[in-house]
Amino acid sequence: MMVLEKFAASNGLLVGFLFVGLVMALAYWIARHLTRGLLHGSAIAIALGLLLAWVAGEQTGGAKGVADWPLLAGVGVLGGSMLRDFAIVATAFGVRLSDLRSAGWVAALSIPLGVVVSFLCGAVVAYGFGVRDPVAITTIGAGAATYIVGPVTGASLGAASDIISLSIAAGLVKAVLVMIATPLVARRIGLDNPASAMVYGGLMGTNSGVTGGLAATDPKLVPYGAMTATFYTGLGCLMGPSVLFLAVKAVLG
Amino acid sequence: MVVYGVAVLAGCTLVGLYVGDLLGAALGLQANVGGVGIAMLLMIACTNLRAAPLRPGTPAGNGVDFWSLMYIPIIVAMAAQQNVAAAVSGGAMAMLAGVAAVVAGFALVPVLARMARK
Repeated sequence: MMVLEKFAASNGLLVGFLFVGLVMALAYWIARHLTRGLLHGSAIAIALGLLLAWVAGEQTGGAKGVADWPLLAGVGVLGGSMLRDFAIVATAFGVRLSDLRSAGWVAALSIPLGVVVSFLCGAVVAYGFGVRDPVAITTIGAGAATYIVGPVTGASLGAASDIISLSIAAGLVKAVLVMIATPLVARRIGLDNPASAMVYGGLMGTNSGVTGGLAATDPKLVPYGAMTATFYTGLGCLMGPSVLFLAVKAVLG
Repeated sequence: MVVYGVAVLAGCTLVGLYVGDLLGAALGLQANVGGVGIAMLLMIACTNLRAAPLRPGTPAGNGVDFWSLMYIPIIVAMAAQQNVAAAVSGGAMAMLAGVAAVVAGFALVPVLARMARK
């Protein structure tokens, strides 16, 4: 076993390719034979990935899903932020500037609106659960934006560590749900053109959620959603500890 | 050559991410601001300009195409290493906060998309 683990570790990226290839083969088989094309193969593949990550997390107690299994550590390289960003930028190859402009100023507006709406949802839920401390409410609200905005906001406001983990959990719930639910609601919310994909990216904001959700819906829409979502976390980190915290303090008197 | 396309792609990504880091630092944030977006704009410029170094169907273009086709597998790998266990065990408050944010976001997509079309 030790020999195998060492071998897998030194060939990590290749193990990652093989792992993803097998997951996708299984997913496309399920899509064709069990759902009769109702669900797209890539949507099932992403759901399978999340399911495996859950099992692995429960078993290892780690935070990196299947990458915490020594044999599959290489999946962490393949799915890490470096190759993810590299591949997202590659999807911009062949994008026409006119499509990028199709959503116009509404695309830009969707980003702050998305941050504020997500924040409000998280803050109201926290208040509903009896939280009254403005720092805690702000941190949880920020977590509902993304799982990066939450801890960054919490850290700069000096929130307690259990509140910070709560905010990370809220952001993770959002990311996972966006990945799973996007292909299911795509038709109903009109997510089938570059303009609505840009608006969607700005409103949802969570990078992994948006890129995963669009990949499962229509890969052609990925660059448009990624274009707006990429500004969301930065804007959230900017607004969380400042205007949003002040607003919460003002409302709570 | 294939590697020219991959190199241009890597260059655009690196420049974009670095500028995003600098932007974040300038704003006093521990986060990257728009790095991927800036990188994508550079990539689009590399393919849309009249003297564009990259065109679909050329060997260099194939180098970029390969990575855009690898996008879904990479996203599957990304999904497989999410901290799903923490999301599931976050308790009712975290669950509800996340769900509410997603529902509100979905509900606003058609509203804003309609505004964009006008």
